[in-house]
Amino acid sequence: MSLETQVQRPSQLAAHHRRGSYRLRKTLGKIIIHAVLITGAVFLMVPLLWMFSTSLKSLGTVMVIPPEWIPEEPLWSNYAEIFQVVPFGLYIRNTAFVTLADVVGKIISCSLVAFAFARLRWRGRDTLFIIMLATMMLPTQVTLVPQFIIYRYLGWIDTYFPLILPNWFGGPFLTFLLRQFFMSIPLELDDAARIDGATIFGIYWRIILPLSKPGLAAVGIFTFNASWNDFFAPLIYLHSRERYTLSLGLRSFQDQNYTEWHLLMAASLVAMVPVLLIFFFAQKYFIQGIVFTGIKG
Amino acid sequence: MTTGVYRLSPMRRNEELAGWLFASPWILGFLLFTAGPMLISAGFAFAEYNLLQPAQWVGTANIEKALSGDPLVWQSLKVTTIYAFVSVPLQIVFGLIIALLLNTNIRGLQYYRTIYYLPSVLSGVAVALLWRWIYAPNYGLINALLAGFGIQGPGWLSDARWALPSLIGMSLWHVGGGIVIYLAGLQGVPTEIYEAAEVDGAGWLTRFWNVTIPLITPVLFYQLIIGIITALQVFTQALIMTNGGPHDSTLFFVLYLYRNAFQFFKMGYASVLAWILFFYILLLTLLVYRSSSVWVFYSGEVKRS
Repeated sequence: MSLETQVQRPSQLAAHHRRGSYRLRKTLGKIIIHAVLITGAVFLMVPLLWMFSTSLKSLGTVMVIPPEWIPEEPLWSNYAEIFQVVPFGLYIRNTAFVTLADVVGKIISCSLVAFAFARLRWRGRDTLFIIMLATMMLPTQVTLVPQFIIYRYLGWIDTYFPLILPNWFGGPFLTFLLRQFFMSIPLELDDAARIDGATIFGIYWRIILPLSKPGLAAVGIFTFNASWNDFFAPLIYLHSRERYTLSLGLRSFQDQNYTEWHLLMAASLVAMVPVLLIFFFAQKYFIQGIVFTGIKG
Repeated sequence: MTTGVYRLSPMRRNEELAGWLFASPWILGFLLFTAGPMLISAGFAFAEYNLLQPAQWVGTANIEKALSGDPLVWQSLKVTTIYAFVSVPLQIVFGLIIALLLNTNIRGLQYYRTIYYLPSVLSGVAVALLWRWIYAPNYGLINALLAGFGIQGPGWLSDARWALPSLIGMSLWHVGGGIVIYLAGLQGVPTEIYEAAEVDGAGWLTRFWNVTIPLITPVLFYQLIIGIITALQVFTQALIMTNGGPHDSTLFFVLYLYRNAFQFFKMGYASVLAWILFFYILLLTLLVYRSSSVWVFYSGEVKRS
């Protein structure tokens, strides 16, 4: 502590004594804080461990009480079995295709729009920006029925267009995130580039984008998560089994094998793996992204 | 802004055009996917359309039915409201407590943060299945643990009294997204303020109530609004884990809307329900917003009414 005195007068001995107990209280406090945090962390991790543990059991050992946390004979073959019971590989490919198309579309469109809102001066900009922010409040359900009817009219039901197309037209949350990011880049860079003869597109492409890689990564990650886990849109728009995404595949798997928890957990865990991998390798982009806008992942 | 009624230089005119061009994806998307459908949706509210026969004008029949003749509308509003009003404050309180504990110069901050944040990036059907298994009546995690103490746990998701509380409990798994935000907010509080308060003799509790809380109220305000909007749109858990049951005790509003649109093919009625949801979200957001002048503190800014 900076306030601690070097010289000790007799009258301060008592104070020194108190400070000793103060330090003890402080250590005790830290221990209690760690205890609380660890307890909370255990509560949050137990579901995932339980899931992993179940995925390695047999139908018989799933129903043992008290539950075995570490199965005596881990059945890694459960993971192979789910690929035989359902066309899981196909579902993964379908989901990967849609997710990739969404991520590319979102990064391109949101960065273009965010550039217009953050770096260019044009009439109507501020009004449109407020309208965009207002649409964040709009529940997607309000536009759901007309969108479905329009897609049906276009013959796009049971195709991936309704899932992918909206992602190529910006989107308020992630455009806002990128705008905040772009705003933090000094404006002098644009001016300098302009004097050097750069076009507006050149400024976007050669200055703003390269300097915003963390922001673009955050957009990519959030879109990846949202698309990979999306359930509502596939549920409404996809009907044929061969076009199912993982969410729909898991759901139909549940309907058919609702008591085979070891297989259900293995399948669910497989569906979570890409998100988990990205989380561990790109955690800082997640955190940067949500700190910038307060969006939850 | 700087644009006024004056002749623009060629460079500025260029920028004007570029602005519209760069923003055009969102402008187009707004017209095609938001504004246009909203107008159509408003029209459908007065029609009946089952996708097979041509739409029929029914006047205000849909609206009258939703507001007075359909007990399930009120049931689903009740369920959704209880969920939002219990789960959102719980998430904020727990998230804030953990963020405060993490903000005490504690060792291993980034490990704790990773662990707490991890569940909140997981969502969708896989998570709903995991929690169905945790709540499963006989061999699920919770009842298996309770059985160890000789307690026969209820069928969490199949008991009308427990189904909604179970879904609320599950929502606490996602507390970590808020923690990261609170932590950023807490670390933005200048340490001088704490030091000044300490010099003035403010104790731990006083500092917490009079310094920490006021300074992060803008963050809490934001989380409250986003939390309510998200909670009112719960769908996946309700469909996968309970399918609205038992006895409609988890009939969330969006699930009921989904049933009307895509199982009963009442497109007009579903449009009315969507508008009810819209106005309900608007109402709650406005209430929170109006209340914010009382409890949200913006440092360095004169409070606006």
